[in-house]
Amino acid sequence: MDTPQTSAEDSAGRAEVVLGIGTDEWVARHNERLIVDSGPLARLKDTASKIPNLVRWLLVLLIAVAVPLGTSNPYIMRVGVNLGLFILLSYGLNIVVGYAGLLDLGYAAFYGFGAYAYALVSSDQLGHHWKTYISVPIIVVATALLGFLVSLPSRRLMGDYLAIVTLFFGQVFVQVVLSSDSITFPWATDSIDITGGSNGIPALDPFVLFGHKFLNAKDYYWLLLAIIVILTLTITRINRTRIGRAWRTIREDSLAAQAMGISINRLKFMAFIVGAALAGLAGTILSAVQGAVFVNGFDLPLLTLVYAAIILGGSGSLPGAVMGAIVMSLLPEFLRVPSYSEILFFVVLILVIGAMRRSIKSFAITLLGIFVTGIIVRGIFLSLSVKSLPRDEWATGVIGRFLSHWLFVPNNRLLWGNASFVLLIALIAYLTQASPTIKRILLPVAAFLGIFLWEVRLIQQPSTTRQLIIGTMLIVLMVTKPQGFLGKARVEVL
Amino acid sequence: MDNGVQSVDYFGQQMVNGITLGGVYALIALGYTLVYGVLQILNFAHGDVYMIGAFIGFFVMVGLGGPSHAVVPVAVMIFIMFAVSMLGSGLLGIVIEKFAYRPLRNSPRIAPLISALGVSLLLQNGALLLFSGSIRSYDTSSFVPITAGIHLGGVTIDGMRILVLVLALILMFGLSRWVNGTQVGRAMRAIAFDRDAAIMMGINVDRVIMWTFFVGSALAGAAGVMVGLVFLRVYSYMGFLAGLKGFTAAVVGGIGSIPGAMLGGVLLGIAESMTSAYLSPNFSDAITFLLLIAVMLIKPRGLLGRRAIVKV
Repeated sequence: MDTPQTSAEDSAGRAEVVLGIGTDEWVARHNERLIVDSGPLARLKDTASKIPNLVRWLLVLLIAVAVPLGTSNPYIMRVGVNLGLFILLSYGLNIVVGYAGLLDLGYAAFYGFGAYAYALVSSDQLGHHWKTYISVPIIVVATALLGFLVSLPSRRLMGDYLAIVTLFFGQVFVQVVLSSDSITFPWATDSIDITGGSNGIPALDPFVLFGHKFLNAKDYYWLLLAIIVILTLTITRINRTRIGRAWRTIREDSLAAQAMGISINRLKFMAFIVGAALAGLAGTILSAVQGAVFVNGFDLPLLTLVYAAIILGGSGSLPGAVMGAIVMSLLPEFLRVPSYSEILFFVVLILVIGAMRRSIKSFAITLLGIFVTGIIVRGIFLSLSVKSLPRDEWATGVIGRFLSHWLFVPNNRLLWGNASFVLLIALIAYLTQASPTIKRILLPVAAFLGIFLWEVRLIQQPSTTRQLIIGTMLIVLMVTKPQGFLGKARVEVL
Repeated sequence: MDNGVQSVDYFGQQMVNGITLGGVYALIALGYTLVYGVLQILNFAHGDVYMIGAFIGFFVMVGLGGPSHAVVPVAVMIFIMFAVSMLGSGLLGIVIEKFAYRPLRNSPRIAPLISALGVSLLLQNGALLLFSGSIRSYDTSSFVPITAGIHLGGVTIDGMRILVLVLALILMFGLSRWVNGTQVGRAMRAIAFDRDAAIMMGINVDRVIMWTFFVGSALAGAAGVMVGLVFLRVYSYMGFLAGLKGFTAAVVGGIGSIPGAMLGGVLLGIAESMTSAYLSPNFSDAITFLLLIAVMLIKPRGLLGRRAIVKV
């Protein structure tokens, strides 16, 4: 996030420091002073950080263009479209939360509003079939208007109140859509089905733009890519204008912003409305590419994912939003396939152990400890004559089959899996407080419990596991790096 | 509703339902308001603590022999259910505060909010994993006959509703005694008023915040058992909407204000009961939302909230 303010040249001839709002040189150089790492990894990190942003953007763009040219696999294209929608949503929310600092927890409802509005004017539900170049702009404007209406009662209110009003709005949207399948108006005798309730609205028209009918996901992919490129350029530009600077000033200190003569209400409205409009646009594309629209995609899980995306990347950072969107939209896709998620789980497990046990010797000891724990647990189970589950019934993945010689899976996997879940949580909670010696002893046990829980229970319930992983990730990320990966930590001088 | 007497009875019955529901909302709202008053964070995981409380109550009941073959007298069983559930939820609250909120004391305001969403996801899906997605029933009618209770004309207040109302009143009274009468309560009010000054006065802020979370979460646990006893159904997604309603109640009453949370809860319960009885059951949440917006437009600090004067 660079600002057009003057930069200070250091006498030692180090790189120029771009000063943000409310920072002086000491603050701006804070991160440099913190760097104490050395070694190949740190050098690599250092080199990577010197690549200019433009090169990175072009690299991402190159990959984004290369993929559809290389493959026509409909699944991959669909994942690509989802990623594009996700980036669009992250951009919008990034403006609302990252730039203006407004907590909009009803953001998913704007997405849903766009999707349903498109469905209503492009299907037999109400008998309207509007042309794409008419319907989409109208819907985007309508969503913006809705955003304006929702933000009206919050104009005098603090951030938390806005959060609750929007959260409730999101909930009400879902409720209204669900129960609008049989509305009886006082002047009519028959009830009217507007939204199709939980059945949704099927058979929507695809986009038709410039005489070209969008037939498959690839067409939408190109459209989304074009939109995202244009938006990236636009938002980067806006970021450097008066409005962009004013937004960030409001986020940092709205009182000071007001004192400087910035009309904060107008700018807050603006951010909120732009965010809503982008979500509405994403919604129209979603329902066109799906060819149908259902309410369950616009609930809290989606909102959490989008928030996770912009927080992960660092709120307020555009590259961060893209990075977060890539992670948060590909990760669930990845976790959907049990054998992939299994590999991911073990890679993460090894990395975590590696991070906690830096030297090769203690790392090997920990691995050995896990192995021994497994043998001991196996012995306990056998001596208690607990029946084991045949290997073919649980070892689905490659690693699972490999581990089946070592891991004992009891017949009553529900009970033992639940017990290990509770025990694991208690153990982790205890480990964070324990002394280093106890940590060293109990880490293999915790790791074993994790493996056991994964193979016995989690691998069977991918959707619950996914949510658990995302939840854990959010907490761990917030506790360790509240500013996200590409966001800058704020250093305050009092 | 063809004659006057019946409609008066109907109204009375809805009023009773509304007040019962309101008592539950008020208990949830109190947890929100206590935490907000002290830390100024929205504890979105609060609704899920309430869900866990309801499950703890359910499993204590099953552990004591189930609703129909209880090994102890019914009154003792209900007492144990409440006690264990409140203790369990209270401890859960302490754990949540320690791991998800304490490291974020001095972070930007959005950080604890996101962390709370994470806790909420964890609790919901942890419950889904442990207890499966099925809806469980407290099956109260098998140990307390449905006809027991007070009859006022055509209005019936059954035994469970009386119990819930009385218990809610006792808990609220106990809470206000705790906040106003004990040293921890006084420290809590001091922190809510000015945390930095409280630290300088030698108040152990961490300990007081821990107590606040314990008490708030224990109230949510009690609310969970109450909902189980009166409305029977317990499931892993019950926390979200209830938490939202509880928060609305806290906001309507004026967040940070304890009498406000009680008033807001009862008002919300009555409003919800009346809208679903007279207007439209499907849109009762939408109407609640409109009510919230109306209150916030007229009194942005809630009904009993103090006007915030921010000194710079």
